[in-house]
Amino acid sequence: MSIGKGIASIALGLAAAAFSISPSFADAISGAAEKQGLNIEAIVMFGVFVGLTLVITYVAAKRTKSASDFYAAGGGITGLQNGLAMAGDYMSAASFLGISGLVFATGYDGLIYSVGWLVGWPIILFLIAERLRNLGKFTFADVASFRLDQTWIRILSAIGTFAVVAFYLIAQMVGAGKLIQLLFGLEYLHAVVIVGTLMIIYVAFGGMKATTWVQIIKACLLLFGATLIATLVLIKFHFNPEALFTEATKVHPKGVSIMGPGNLVKDPISAISLGLALMFGTAGLPHILMRFFTVADAKQARRSVFFATGFIGYFYILTFIIGFGAIALLMNDPSFFKDGKIVATGLLGGTNMAAINLAKATGGSLLYGFISAVAFATILAVVAGLTLSAASAVSHDLYASVIARGRASEKSEVNISRISAIAIGILAIYLGYMFEKINVAYMVGLAFAVAASVNFPVLVMSMFWRGTTTFGAFVGGMLGLLSSAVGVVVSNEVWVKTLGNKEPFTLFGYGMLDNPALYSMAAAFIGIWLFSMLDRSASANKERDSFDAQFVRSETGIGASTAHVH
Amino acid sequence: MQESAYHSIAENPKFKELVRSRTIFAWTLSILMLAVYQAFILLVAYKPGFLATPLWAGSVATIGIPIGLGVIVFAFIVTGIYVGRANTRYDDMTRELVQEITK
Repeated sequence: MSIGKGIASIALGLAAAAFSISPSFADAISGAAEKQGLNIEAIVMFGVFVGLTLVITYVAAKRTKSASDFYAAGGGITGLQNGLAMAGDYMSAASFLGISGLVFATGYDGLIYSVGWLVGWPIILFLIAERLRNLGKFTFADVASFRLDQTWIRILSAIGTFAVVAFYLIAQMVGAGKLIQLLFGLEYLHAVVIVGTLMIIYVAFGGMKATTWVQIIKACLLLFGATLIATLVLIKFHFNPEALFTEATKVHPKGVSIMGPGNLVKDPISAISLGLALMFGTAGLPHILMRFFTVADAKQARRSVFFATGFIGYFYILTFIIGFGAIALLMNDPSFFKDGKIVATGLLGGTNMAAINLAKATGGSLLYGFISAVAFATILAVVAGLTLSAASAVSHDLYASVIARGRASEKSEVNISRISAIAIGILAIYLGYMFEKINVAYMVGLAFAVAASVNFPVLVMSMFWRGTTTFGAFVGGMLGLLSSAVGVVVSNEVWVKTLGNKEPFTLFGYGMLDNPALYSMAAAFIGIWLFSMLDRSASANKERDSFDAQFVRSETGIGASTAHVH
Repeated sequence: MQESAYHSIAENPKFKELVRSRTIFAWTLSILMLAVYQAFILLVAYKPGFLATPLWAGSVATIGIPIGLGVIVFAFIVTGIYVGRANTRYDDMTRELVQEITK
């Protein structure tokens, strides 16, 4: 077997394992997607969106001259705009269609899931946001390597970035391909190529300026569309939630049990581990962290998180209403189900399509087309943000700092970034095509585990603890990476259910966790602490001595790179 | 700025007070958020029946719904509380500190 094939089959094996905390969510996303007929309204509205974003990209490209323009949109984005753009980065099609589909299939469990996705945002604000803005310039590695060794810490941060982006990007590409296949009646490969090509154009030509505006427009469209469907649902029930719930429990095959927790959480330790991955993983996502450098100062950085949290929280509340609306309004109409049989999984297009089918039921083919186009726009914006962060890790962290050792010109750095964006885009199309059968929700969970176990500990320890040294951060970060990767392989889902092995061992009566964050985060933090303590080199002492300068700047912004507003 | 200048700022009582008060505030809110979320998850794991209790006699809506939505709203409120205090009190303290140093 060739190496490529071997890796592919291992990855597929991993992927076949469901994100077991949420089996129904995973099924919802990975469920078979059958091609639908051409959807003219959706294609026209999507065409308008693409046309508009291409115009924005053209204008942004003409105005993108410096590295600051390319990586940080010139630093002139306001807190409100950045909050919308962050929400745009975060509200993926998986959260829109996946969570409303999960509510549709299981009721209350969908709410438990969405709560987990929101709680990381306050943590970003309290611990990360303003310090990141005060210390960094373009990437989170600027901050982690502020007083540590540029070469080693940037290599570590780049590895962390690539791992997170790879898992997340493949998940989004596959989700995109399936959705477009469903919504627009296109071939899977064509769909993946279209997404990849547009994302390359946005990022390579328009940089952060174009990416930011694509995010903002997408966030507004998504919030508007979701508000519209939720309002139409509430109007049908005279704005009385009890009437909505009553109707939903009457028509749902699971009856009143949808009003309480089902089997989403099976054991508390696994639940806590997943909770940690979600809470701290959000604070380690490179494309989210990068957005903090697009605002002028710490104050705008704080405001960004405030608005982002508000928009995302509001959006999750809407998906809850939409999910229940889909139960109440679709489950009494056999025409929305395969063979007219009313079971959640029998919904036309799969449970994933609850919001889309509901749009048709409440607003006819026009709203159906609009929501389909919004779902596509949502994916495009998310993949553009991810690609930009990976391209920046190549050009700003690896090329400019590690290879050229700070002697690269701004122009060559930006050119490397553009070329990287094209290469990453092509790679993403290829991987998206290769991994068509992958389990999307599981890959996203993995991305969060790596973000929580590598990027987050390195960032937090270098910012808050004087004792952190390069050696400690590098070894600890690698321990976090390895333990999260190994943890995934020996998890119940992969080791036992997918690979068919016996349970390796049990601890206090619990098997292996499904999400490794609990111990991989511990490994990273303890590793950084221990190996920093053991580090008695002269360079380590110098790094500890420069903590004051970093700390003063991180806490007050004195000496921080100021914004370049045009 | 020279490294020695940073050392002297780090020793400045105003700086120390700013960092002390903001650090306590930020970590308190972080732990509060973590506790509220993990309490919710533990409730789901250990007391699912409690969350499924009707909100009032005969209602279909359950206690779990305001609790779940409450966690979302709580996350938004604590970010608001932090931003409100940071944009006024902590920014004022920072400005005073900067004025004192640059005098």
